[in-house]
Formats: sequence, C-alpha cells, structure tokens
Amino acid sequence: MSVLVLLLLASLLVALIFLGAFLWAVRSGQFDDTFTPGWRVLADEDEEIPKEGGAERNETESKE
Amino acid sequence: MGVQSTLTRQQAEQAQAQNDVPCFHCGTSCKWLRVDDAQGRPFCCHGCRLVCELLESSGLDRFYDLAPAPGVRMEKEAQAYDFLDEPAVRDSLLDFFDGSIGKVTFRAPAMHCIACVWLLENLFRLHPGVGKSQVNFPRREVTITYQADNMRLSELAALLASLGYEPELNLTQLQHRNKPTPLHRRLTIKIGVAGFVFGNVMLMNLPAYLGLNAATEPGFALFLSTMSLLLSLPVVFYAAGDYWRAAWLSIRQRSLTIDFPIALGIAALFLHSLAEILTRTGPGYLDSLTGLVFFLLCGRWFQQRSYDALSFDRDYTAYFPLSVVRKVDEREETIALTALEVGDRIVVRHRELVPADAELRSGHALIDYSFVTGESEPVERHEGERIYAGGRQVGGAIELETVKPVSQSYLTSMWEDAAFHKEGGPRLRNVTDRISKYFTLAVVLLAAGTWLGWAFIDLGTAVRAFSAVLIVACPCALALSAPFALGTAWRALGERRVFLRGADVVEAMARTNHIVFDKTGTLTRSQAHHVEFRGAPLSAEEAGWVASLARHSTHPHCLSIQQKLAPERWPDDVSSFYETAGSGIEGTISGHALLLGSRRWIEALGIEVPSDAEADMPSQVHLAIDGAHRGAFVLTSALRDELQDLARELQGGRVPLTVLSGDSDKDKTRLEAALGSAAAGLHFRQSPHDKLAFLRGLQEKGAHVMMVGDGLNDAGALQQSDVGVAITEDTSAFAPACDAILDADRFGSLPAVLHYSRRAMHVIYACFALSFLYNTIGLSFAVTGRLSPLVSAVLMPISSVTVVSVAVLGARWAARSCLGPQPGGAS
Repeated sequence: MSVLVLLLLASLLVALIFLGAFLWAVRSGQFDDTFTPGWRVLADEDEEIPKEGGAERNETESKE
Repeated sequence: MGVQSTLTRQQAEQAQAQNDVPCFHCGTSCKWLRVDDAQGRPFCCHGCRLVCELLESSGLDRFYDLAPAPGVRMEKEAQAYDFLDEPAVRDSLLDFFDGSIGKVTFRAPAMHCIACVWLLENLFRLHPGVGKSQVNFPRREVTITYQADNMRLSELAALLASLGYEPELNLTQLQHRNKPTPLHRRLTIKIGVAGFVFGNVMLMNLPAYLGLNAATEPGFALFLSTMSLLLSLPVVFYAAGDYWRAAWLSIRQRSLTIDFPIALGIAALFLHSLAEILTRTGPGYLDSLTGLVFFLLCGRWFQQRSYDALSFDRDYTAYFPLSVVRKVDEREETIALTALEVGDRIVVRHRELVPADAELRSGHALIDYSFVTGESEPVERHEGERIYAGGRQVGGAIELETVKPVSQSYLTSMWEDAAFHKEGGPRLRNVTDRISKYFTLAVVLLAAGTWLGWAFIDLGTAVRAFSAVLIVACPCALALSAPFALGTAWRALGERRVFLRGADVVEAMARTNHIVFDKTGTLTRSQAHHVEFRGAPLSAEEAGWVASLARHSTHPHCLSIQQKLAPERWPDDVSSFYETAGSGIEGTISGHALLLGSRRWIEALGIEVPSDAEADMPSQVHLAIDGAHRGAFVLTSALRDELQDLARELQGGRVPLTVLSGDSDKDKTRLEAALGSAAAGLHFRQSPHDKLAFLRGLQEKGAHVMMVGDGLNDAGALQQSDVGVAITEDTSAFAPACDAILDADRFGSLPAVLHYSRRAMHVIYACFALSFLYNTIGLSFAVTGRLSPLVSAVLMPISSVTVVSVAVLGARWAARSCLGPQPGGAS
C-alpha cells in the first residue's frame, strides 16, 4: 500500500503543477479575452488563409 | 422629348446597374458614386480609395485577403484631435506614460471583422511612432503603445480615424477613468481551485468506495482522509468564501436568501466530515462538499456573464463630446470640454451637441432636443436666446457664449434627482430567495424533528441523522436551477439581439404587468418621417429634380423627402446650389430653378404662397419651381411599422400600456388609432420629472412596470422602472442607463420577449420540482439514518447534472418556440 501513497503523492504533485499553471494563466489575463486570439492566429502572416474560410467569416458577420 | 427622355433613362438605368457593384474597400454599393483606381477596382468614395492606396503602399494589402471588402466607409470628415495633447487630457486618457513611451486604450466601435483586428495590430507599419498594438475584439478596444518623441497622442487618434476606426472619445473617459478590475478573474480562479480539489478528493476517496477496510489498513486510511481534509480546506475557506459572507449578511438583514441553506449545508458537511476523520470513524463527505462548491461556482459563472461591447450604465457624460471648438480672437481652437469656462465663445456645427447652457451670439440656430426632451421637431432660436445643453444643432455653424459650467446645466441637474442614486436600495427578491425562505424553515424543522425522534433511541445516530438531513437538504440543485435557466435565456435573447444587463433581468421582465412607452424615437422612428405632398401632383421628372436637390443637404427633412421621392434615375447634377441654414435650399437643375424650404423663406424670396396653405410649421417644406409655388411636403414622424401588431399582442396578453411623451399631442389621434384599446393612457408634454413621478405612482399601486424609451429624457423613468428597456438604432451608440438594450429592428419582438421570459420562469419552476424530488429521496435516507458518503456522493452530482440539463434544454426549447429559430452565425 505504501506504493499507492507514493503514487497518490506524485499524481497530486503533477496536478498542483497544472493548477499553478492555470492560476498563472488567469492572473496574466489570458482568460480576459477568449475571442480575439483565435482570429489572430487565422490572420497570421506566414500561412495562406483558405478563401472559403474568409468568405464564411464575412457571411456570419453580415448576418449579425 | 419623349423619345429622348426614354433613351436617356435607359442609359442612366444601365449606367446605374453597371455601377451597382460593391466598393472594394467597404462593400457599400457604388450606385451613387463610383470612383475607380488605376487597377479599375470600384470604390464608393474617394475616402475609401485613399485608405486602400495608403494600405497597399505600406505593404498592408493583406487586409483585403482576409475578408472581402473589410473596410469601414469613410463617412465623417476629419476631426481635429489637438485637445488630446493637452497634458491634463492626455494624462487622464493614458494607461501608462513614462515621458517617452505611452500606452493608451481606445474604443473603436467600427471594428467588425478579422481584417480589422489584423490591420489594427499592424498599425506600426503605418507610422514609425507606433509600437505594439493589441485588440480586444469583444470589447472593441485597441491598446496601443507609442513613442511620445515620435508621435503625439492626437496623431495616433487621427491615424485611427483616417483608417475609419474613429476612437470613441467622450466625457466619461475624462471624469472617472478607473478601469473595472475583471471580476470574473477571481471567480475563474475559484472555479479552478474547486475543480482541482474536487478531482483529487474523489481520487483520495476512491479506495474507500472500492472497499478499503479501515480496520485492516489504518495507516493508509488515515493518510487518505488527512489528504482529503487538507485539500478541502482551500475550498471551504477560500472558494466558498462568498457563501459564508452572503449567509452572514442574510442573517444580519433577517432575510433568508438561498445562500443561507447552502452555507448551512457546507458547514454541516465540513463539520460532520471533520468529526468522522478526527474520530477515525469514516472518510467523511468531503468529495460531496468540494463537488457541491464546484457546481455552485460554475452556476455563478454561467449567470454572471455580460456583454463587453455594450454599456448599461452610461450617464450623460457618455453622451457629451470630449472636446469643443472655442473661438478666441477670431481664431478657432479645439479644447477639452473640461477646460471650458463660463463666458467662452464656442462654435457648434451641424449635428454637434451643445455642451453647456449658452446664449446664441450668431448664426441661425435650429436645435434638435429630441434626445433630451422628446420634442420631435427642432426648435428655432434667435440671437441672445438661451440654448440648453444636450440639444443638437441642425444646419450651419452657430456661435454661442456659455453661461453655465458644463456640470451645472439644465441637463446635468436632472441627474441629481434621487432616482439616479437608488443603487443599493432594496433590490427585488428573486424567485430562488423567495422559495428558499420556506425551504430553509422546512429543512431546519425536519432536522430538529429527526434529532428529537432519534434522541430517545440512540444519541449517536441522532447527531448523525441531524447533520445528514442538513447535508442532503443542501439546496445545490435548487440553487443551480435559476442561474442556468436564466443564463440560457439571457444568451438566447442576446443571439436575437435583445441584450440584457444581466440574467436576472429575465425574471424582472416575467413579472411585468404594465408597459410604459416613450413616443419620440421609441414608438416613432428617430430619423424617418412620413412624407406627404400637398398640392398638384409632381411629374416624375419634377420629383427627380426635387430629390436631386434634397440630396445635397444633410437636413433630416431633406433626407426624408429624398427617400420618399427616390427617383428611378437621377437627373443631371444640380448647379448653383445654395443652402440657407435652417431655412431652405435652392439650386438649378436642367435649367429649372428650384426652391425648397420654409414658408417664410420662400415668401421672403418673393414667391407667393397661397393663403389656404396651412400655417408655417417646421414640419412643412414648401416647394417652388421656376418661381411658382407648387405645394408643400408635410412631414410627420413615422410610427414604427410593428406598432399595431405589438399593441394587439400585448392586449392579448392583457398587459396595459401607457404612452408618456415629451412632445405635443399632435400625434395623438394617430397613436390612438395604432394602439387601439390596448392603450391605458396617452400623456403628452411630460417632462423627464413627470415621467419619473408617473412611474412611481404606478409602482405604488403595485404594478411591475417596464419602461421602454430611448433618450436622456427617459433616463429617470428607465432607472425608476422595474425593467428599463432602451431602444437604439445602433447598439454601439449611446443608450441611457437601462436594464436591456433592444435593437430598433427587433422592436416588434417585445411581446414575444415578454412571453419568453414567463416561459423561462416556468422552466425554473419545473427544475425546482425536480430538485425537491431529489431532496425527498435523499431525506428519506437521511431521516432513517442510512445516508452513507457514497449515496451522498452519487446523489449530489446526479441531481445537479439533471437539473442543469433540464434548465438549459428547457430554456433553449422555450426560446425556439417563443422567439423562432436562432439566427445562424451570430457570435
């Protein structure tokens, strides 16, 4: 059973690291705007955006 | 002539059809004006072409690849932003400034698509002074870092404006510029902590559920329960902190809100678990406890969403501009409004706002007070007369001398009324709180009864059963019903462009039993007029001339006349056009001299107007062609098309409606005809204070009043009402403080929205019934003293999840049946 204790402690440690990462992400404002970054990626210079993707975006806009 | 005119008409139609292509920059049709660039691409105006050329020469042509015609039409003239460089103004606008680097956040409501975001984040390519710029699209904000040595703040604002993203600058930004700290950040952290603990405590409790024998493995059992206890401490004392505070508050205020039984349940869970763990009699209910807090916080998060791009608590300062043009020694300068002093001479141009009570010094003043007082017609003022703040000048520029500081004008004094400071007063008790009062009493009685019942048999079981009742009765599912049902309703309404301040507005709306409407801008459309021509009918050709002439003026009457006549083809351009501000316009078309204006102006030009024509009113526009009076256009404000249907539907729902108007009773008969028997009363010439008093009177008689208005004159009534609904043609424009913002296009959906809010309440009642059912099952275990941690750990999530699903699905289904299918793609 002492093995289980070690395993539980190890899993807790990993979970704590993720909790820490989450707290850091929230405090640094990464959850303040959950919308724009998605678009920003699409508008990245390096890759070409598929044409129909752009057209779709515009369609949804015009319906708003 | 007949043949020739058909030919030219055909040609003109052909030309128009050819030009009916979208502008390459902004997508507006080039029907009226087409400007081609060197590559033959069509533009709707020179402004659009210039922006396109600027972007392409700066290597930003990718803008046009991201979305078709992504630009913003260049409608407004360039504005001077010099006042932004005044140290006082600059410092209050900047987020950060160290002498060389400045950081500023502008709101630019014009941004609307992915290309806008990209362009605004690539501003540095257009000006070497711009550093990093970052867009927050939901808030329509762009945060820009710039080098102060290289660029002034005014240049930055002008750069944004030159691209079509005119930054929103108003007095609010100067007066209180403390950015709201993101409240939801704290809630997100709490949910994260509770979720983390919930998962790990379940892990620690798994061996116990799988049959760990605490007697044979005492060390391991102790380790597991100690770990769960340590883990749950942050949940009990941090994540659930709001519930402790709320429960304490509800005791002090002697009103049992839902938070009280929740806190009671959490306390019972924690103390019971603590006792079990310390006496090594069991693992406790810590998994139920942490799960409960996690679900409750999720419910809170679901309900506490708001629209970043909309503001529901704007006061008059958001309506006032940031700057004003001051005239000193015949020289005009733009200064910050806060720097305006009594006795200053200011210049107010067409469609600009009079920022302080002032006296007219020169120019022809025609002041549109519709937003402030509800009067639908602009009023004429003569030199030396007083003009109150809040009015908009229509026509040419006027010069004024201020007689009162901005903060002491007639308009701002209205804000001193108590109705605007009622925040913090007793809020309406919501349905959950009303039910929880009886619920708490029942639970406490039942727990005491159980204790008494067992106390004579076995004291140990009595204590266990007592706390088990409190644990099981913890109204988690009950507390989740309303947040999820109302939160879903809030979203469903938002998708259909009915924007509520918060989810609880749905409940207030469901209780509405009296609706009060403002007239100007609410029941009537603010820009459109119903136009009727009195006189010998105009030929098609003459109508074309008049429309063409009217097109040259920005006066609202001209706009209405032009829209009414809307010729199939536009005649030759107008020559020798001249506008006498506030009086009339003249011009020559195809060799015919046209005069369009007020009766007095036309008479002053030596044209005889038949005396049978009605008295000269601002809503009559007389027409003379080649020196002969032809008749008059009579303009009446157009009632919204949906009004009759709306009145009929409200009458079906037996909701009486009242109209309170600041205007004269000239529209009375038309309103009566449109509203029919649905109208409980029509009141005219109501001042903002009268409206407020009228609402108070209704409320004293026990009515739950919904006020529907649009202007500053309704602001007091909107605040006083139980639900204040602001109608606006443009949701990004100014709307007075209110509970709901309704897009003017959706005006007709008001009865459906009311009906839906009532249905949403039915969904909540169904959820309540369901959660009572679960509580009864749990209580049957608890009262008999057989509640094991496993039963509790299974029952609690199941009840929460089913209640949440019923709430969400029920509210969605009700939305589809009351409001029609969800318009696709709205984000």
